[in-house]
Amino acid sequence: MKILVCVSKAPDTTSKIAFTNNNSSFDEAGVNFIVNPYDEWYALVRALELKEAQGGNVTVLSVGGVDYEQIIRKALAIGADDAVRIDAPESDALSVSTHIANYAKDKGFDLILCGKETINYNGSVVPGMVAELLDMPLVALAAKLDVANGVATCEREVTGGMEVLEVNLPAVISAAKGMAEQRIPNMRGIMAARTKTLEVVSVENATATTSVNNYELPPAKSACKYVDPANAAELITLLHQEAKVI
Amino acid sequence: MKTIVFAEHLNGKFTKSSLEAVSYASAWSVAAGGTCIAITYGSIDASVLGTAGANEVWKMDALSAADGEQITKLMLAAQKESGATAIVLSQDLIGKSVAPRLSVRLNAGLVSGASFLPTGNIVKKNVFSGKAIAHVTVNSEISIVTVLPNSYGVNASGAACPVNAFNAEIGTARVRVKEVRVEESESIPLPEADKVVSAGRGMKGPENWGMIEELAKELGAATACSRPVSDIGWRPHHEHVGQTGIAIRPNLYIAVGISGAIQHLAGVNGSKVIVVINKDPEAPFFKAADYGIIGDAFEVVPQLIAAAKAFNATK
Repeated sequence: MKILVCVSKAPDTTSKIAFTNNNSSFDEAGVNFIVNPYDEWYALVRALELKEAQGGNVTVLSVGGVDYEQIIRKALAIGADDAVRIDAPESDALSVSTHIANYAKDKGFDLILCGKETINYNGSVVPGMVAELLDMPLVALAAKLDVANGVATCEREVTGGMEVLEVNLPAVISAAKGMAEQRIPNMRGIMAARTKTLEVVSVENATATTSVNNYELPPAKSACKYVDPANAAELITLLHQEAKVI
Repeated sequence: MKTIVFAEHLNGKFTKSSLEAVSYASAWSVAAGGTCIAITYGSIDASVLGTAGANEVWKMDALSAADGEQITKLMLAAQKESGATAIVLSQDLIGKSVAPRLSVRLNAGLVSGASFLPTGNIVKKNVFSGKAIAHVTVNSEISIVTVLPNSYGVNASGAACPVNAFNAEIGTARVRVKEVRVEESESIPLPEADKVVSAGRGMKGPENWGMIEELAKELGAATACSRPVSDIGWRPHHEHVGQTGIAIRPNLYIAVGISGAIQHLAGVNGSKVIVVINKDPEAPFFKAADYGIIGDAFEVVPQLIAAAKAFNATK
């Protein structure tokens, strides 16, 4: 089975969120970038588990500049067989999806896995766009994935329960919590990652239909109002009369 | 300007997030001096979508379930027929499956998870898990917006509206639904809950969750938990809120015995009012709280249950 896993980079959750150039771009100074957790913990690890059980090849793909090197090496250290970097700016979801689809269209991937969203843009858009561009079915936010005889069986949370879905491969599947457990790369994996193939593909820019003008920070929270633990009932009164939420 | 909005339903009722999307679409079309058409399917009384702001409803009776590709084709046909230049969906499961496909097919800019109405062609959306807001420009003739659940209220001031039959060539579904397992039908689904009582490792063990459930019941709230608690199996995974679990935006979030790691905050910082109960005065969660009680959950929560019962008796 040939599996493509799309990975994005994201600032470490503990990073300070600040902006530069008149709030038009994210301030990367001092920020540690990680593999987007949904891409790494769930999509990539499940791809590796499927390969280990059934044979095949796992390719990781990123769209972005040279600063992606460290992210891609991490994915290779966890166990991906090879990697591709499409050397293009991440202008918007459509341009990124177009690059992914253009690369994948004639490679014969059985499965294209993505995390359900990135933790910096929170879009949940790329998997659906890639599916449409490649005329493939999509299962969004799968929490379990199994593959047998060319059919993927997925479970996902729906309002009030779970649903079990089946789809013939090839398909695009976006991964939510539950699909796999995080793997920490070992020393052998880290050493092996240095010599695995990282193909850099040069492309023309793809069309973007949206652009970010600027960012703002949400208004600061007012200070916490403390209630005496010996008179906790006061909280219910405050929630009703002051906050008006009950 | 015409706006079309997709409305999803479950068990004979339109979902709260769909009604929010309809109200959003209605306000957008009113601001632009146009009309709002809600698109839905199946056997349901859809005239109620008028109360949330739709001017009319187009319904495909022959379709019985919402498949991403089929709803995409339905929305494409509705866009073509209406000439709509604004398309709205909820940022829910079906919205996440349909909006990206529409964006590709119509070459239309998509802003996903918006929580504010557009100003001209600029749409604001939360990014960095709620830690910042991006102003996104849509550079295309048609705009698509998905609305973040629980961020835009339902405006139910309208009246029932006409429902017209609408049919489109929608092909067959490639994703097959094999089984739907309903769990805990009595409890309020977490993503739709407007009040949530959540607890963490401070509860010391799963056997102590009775008081959390009781407080939630008295407040009409859903229950949730922190990541460590779901990882060690004290509570089911679907209750885990935070960075890698689900993100929620209730009106009231009560956190009991949760320290407030940044990963947890990322999933709850959209809540309107946050209450933190923790015996550690240094717990970082207090910095994000509106109300705090520094105390032992085992002493504080029973008092809150009694007070909530007394409050309910006065209603």
